[in-house]
Amino acid sequence: MNKKQILISGVFLWVFAVVGTSFVAVTENTTRTKIKDNERLVLLRNLNALLPAEQLDNDIVNDTVAVPASALLGTQADTIVYRARLLGKPMAAIFNSIAPNGYSGKIHLLVGVFADGSVAGVRAVKHSETPGLGDAIETQKSDWIFSFNDRSLSSPVPSNWLVKKDGGDFDQFTGATITPRAIVLAVKNTLLYYQQNADSIF
Amino acid sequence: MNKEITQNGLWTNNVALVQLLGLCPLLAVTSTTINGVGLGLATMVTLICSNTMVSLIRGFIRSEVRLPVFVLIIACVVTVIELLMKAFFYDLFLVLGIFIPLIVTNCAIIGRAEGFASRNPVGASALDGFMMGLGFLGVLALLGAMREVIGSGTLLANADLMFGESAKALTITFNEDYAGFLLAILPPGAFFGLAILIAAKNAMDIKIKNKIVLVDATLEAKTA
Repeated sequence: MNKKQILISGVFLWVFAVVGTSFVAVTENTTRTKIKDNERLVLLRNLNALLPAEQLDNDIVNDTVAVPASALLGTQADTIVYRARLLGKPMAAIFNSIAPNGYSGKIHLLVGVFADGSVAGVRAVKHSETPGLGDAIETQKSDWIFSFNDRSLSSPVPSNWLVKKDGGDFDQFTGATITPRAIVLAVKNTLLYYQQNADSIF
Repeated sequence: MNKEITQNGLWTNNVALVQLLGLCPLLAVTSTTINGVGLGLATMVTLICSNTMVSLIRGFIRSEVRLPVFVLIIACVVTVIELLMKAFFYDLFLVLGIFIPLIVTNCAIIGRAEGFASRNPVGASALDGFMMGLGFLGVLALLGAMREVIGSGTLLANADLMFGESAKALTITFNEDYAGFLLAILPPGAFFGLAILIAAKNAMDIKIKNKIVLVDATLEAKTA
């Protein structure tokens, strides 16, 4: 193959790369706002599940504060805390906590904490627990995760924030103890974190 | 010609059951019918688009750079589909998200580009993409349905992810108290399910072949 043919092939490839890339770029450009909206809506839906809409009147998606990595939150980088306010008064903070010791790795949680330090609600947002066993932490699969609602570090006392098998107050589910154990600890630690850092959050 | 393309795609040369291509997404997403259908549709659209485009440029493509060009076309189509899915079916995207980019690596797509679209006219190539995609979609849906019914005792769960809120009514629950059969939902269940489908197809093929032989024999007997 002579030089000229190599050149033609190169140009051919180049033309296709340019056309293909512009095709993708145009699509990206036209769908960008729609995708941002979708992401925002899903986030809002998750946050609203923890905190009914009538309990806040601020723009919770944008009223955030970044908190540094913390062992109590299980995080290794800055994370965002969403703040709910009603008539300017702090109502609740929603943390992105991580339970690092799930059965199959990290369990990402949203933990809502009312201003008085009690739990507004907990949701598992991302996990790879065993389907049919550990995934009972999802709201579609069981009501277990609701058992945290309205709990605080005084009900039960911190030493009882364990699954029943370990002598605590929280149910485990059949066939899976590791998953609930990890989540109970993560929620407890989030409450502890809030207790120690409430001032810097609101 | 068209009849042959149809038959090839849906049955004789089925991507999933005969060519055994694209097994990674096939086995990974088919834990429910809707997931299977979602990935199947995305793969089908990719196949139609990539086949059509490859066929359009087949006249002036240079053979030494054809494979990179095919890969480029497929990658662009998949990226665009991913963006569109994010924009219009975001909930479904959250379920299938990580498997969409994997369509690029589905050998069936480059296989059809190289093996069919690069040497056939546009219409036939588009039809081939549609039929191959439909064959793949069918297997994904069937395997998803099998695993969902056996594994969780439901059919078409989460249909609302794809068809909107009104589709919630499509979900069929066979028995509220069904405890579920974990094996069917876990990855081994996918292998067992696919094996059963392949075995069933082969058994049907043998049956059809025997029938034809039988008919031929009777015809011969009559003429003799």
